[in-house]
Amino acid sequence: MTITTLAQLAADLDSGKRSSVEITQDYLARIEQSEHNAFISVNQELALIQAKTADQKRASGDRSALLGVPVAQKDIFCIDGMQTTCGSKILENFIAPYTATVVENMQAQGIVSMGKTNMDEFAMGSSNETSYFGDVVNPWSTADKTLVPGGSSGGSAAAVSAQLAPAATGTDTGGSIRQPASFCNLTGIKPSYGRCSRYGMIAFASSLDQAGPMTHTAEDAALLLNTMAGFDAKDSTSLDVPAEDFSRSLNDSIEGLRIGLPKEFFGDGLDSEMATIIETAVKQFESLGATIKEVSLPNSHLALPSYYVIAPAEASSNLSRFDGVRYGHRAEEYSDLIDMYTKTRTEGFGDEVKRRIMIGAYALSSGYYDAYYSQAQKLRRMISNDFTTVFEDCDVIMGPTTPGPAFEAGSRTDDPVSMYLNDIYTIPANLAGLPAGSIPAGFTASGLPAGLHLITPYLQEAKMLNIAHKFQQVTDWHTRTAPSAIGGKA
Amino acid sequence: MALDNQTVHTIARLARIKIAPQELDKTRGALENILDLVAQMEAVDTTGIEPMTHPFDATMRLRADEVTEVNQRDKFQAIAPSAERGLYLVPKVLD
Repeated sequence: MTITTLAQLAADLDSGKRSSVEITQDYLARIEQSEHNAFISVNQELALIQAKTADQKRASGDRSALLGVPVAQKDIFCIDGMQTTCGSKILENFIAPYTATVVENMQAQGIVSMGKTNMDEFAMGSSNETSYFGDVVNPWSTADKTLVPGGSSGGSAAAVSAQLAPAATGTDTGGSIRQPASFCNLTGIKPSYGRCSRYGMIAFASSLDQAGPMTHTAEDAALLLNTMAGFDAKDSTSLDVPAEDFSRSLNDSIEGLRIGLPKEFFGDGLDSEMATIIETAVKQFESLGATIKEVSLPNSHLALPSYYVIAPAEASSNLSRFDGVRYGHRAEEYSDLIDMYTKTRTEGFGDEVKRRIMIGAYALSSGYYDAYYSQAQKLRRMISNDFTTVFEDCDVIMGPTTPGPAFEAGSRTDDPVSMYLNDIYTIPANLAGLPAGSIPAGFTASGLPAGLHLITPYLQEAKMLNIAHKFQQVTDWHTRTAPSAIGGKA
Repeated sequence: MALDNQTVHTIARLARIKIAPQELDKTRGALENILDLVAQMEAVDTTGIEPMTHPFDATMRLRADEVTEVNQRDKFQAIAPSAERGLYLVPKVLD
């Protein structure tokens, strides 16, 4: 069994070897067979209509790069007429009345959306265990241990890893694309803040949220990002920069590439096997002509504390819209308006979402603003400045994506703070708004994937994908298939 | 950081969430742990540092004051828990 990439599917479609309908049917059948709980909803009928339309467009001369390729969408993206839950009971019966710009952009290129993937509730979680729709099984789970796929884009990661979709969309507020990509042996890219429109992407923390691709290869990530990104007047923080082809420099030489290894990313708390895997991966880059330098991000230990003020504060504001008035769940019985809001929210939100909303409400409450929110934003500036300094003489920062490999389901649910530590290496890039990604870098002795984390300067996604692609040309970690992946070559 | 039960109830009220009596200790413990994590911020001297509200200090764009949206009231209200004659229905607020 081997992986099937978007590039291969696009070639098959282009040569007429297979139709979009055939490919889509194949993946839909796999989704039906799967027991990973990777999807919250699948819309076979709509997917096949889109596939048929793509085949017709191709027949009439359309040559869009990913025309007719089926993908999975994280259930955080609104799609007109489709159930959109964000992993929450409060949106269990919500049928979106409009489509997210990212999805609209993809559909304009003829990409087929097969269904909506499972996720941590409102993207708050690192194990997919906060979903109202149940845990997702990591396809790399071993015979004796059921492992989490990571989160919050855990369903997207499991879907691609189990070969239920050749690629999926994810969103990343503190690591929600990169950490599951690392846990499931995928390439996951969080672009620069503002690259992909947030319009129609249910908001968690608006100054941090960013959508990106989850794929097997860097080449695929570039292809998918090409269809997702772009300026959108409907998103007030969308980046108004010229469109670019993220594939353009995939094959450029990385001779002379300057890699910075922040010593803070290799300290206490890093699993020793992970450390060895990352060191080996970095040596591989040396053999490709890169130079390695130890650097320091002295304020990176403050990323987690400041994130757990900023993200909950923004979440408490964003999630105030779920009140049972205009859409979503409303409690059955109530005595007055406040009681209706309170019962609706108490019934509709899970524990982790409630905790974060309460932390945010506390941090923003009268008398605490300066000590919490304002102080956190000052630390955010210091963390961001550290990156600026390091990038003065480095092209890319590398390290482990996570402190350890995928962990056992249920092992960390009782201790929120230990769960938060999963994102210790990924959060700084969100705070600074920088592009970052995770690529497969090797396996532990027990066969679990480990991700190499890449962070590049602002708007340098194409460079990051070039670096990742060159690594994937000389390694085969990304081609390994998970034990419970479905089928063979799609 | 220690929180008393009254503070937990106040935060919950601000968030329009109700904490059941049997969940109070667990919720308080979890909030305290998160605030302990956050407390690491206190020791940092941030004198003279400008708060960073947004990556790259981007400012919100202003658009021309023109009507760009079409009226989709019926479509949007079709998914409301309770709507009638173009209005969202809620419990009586004024007597």
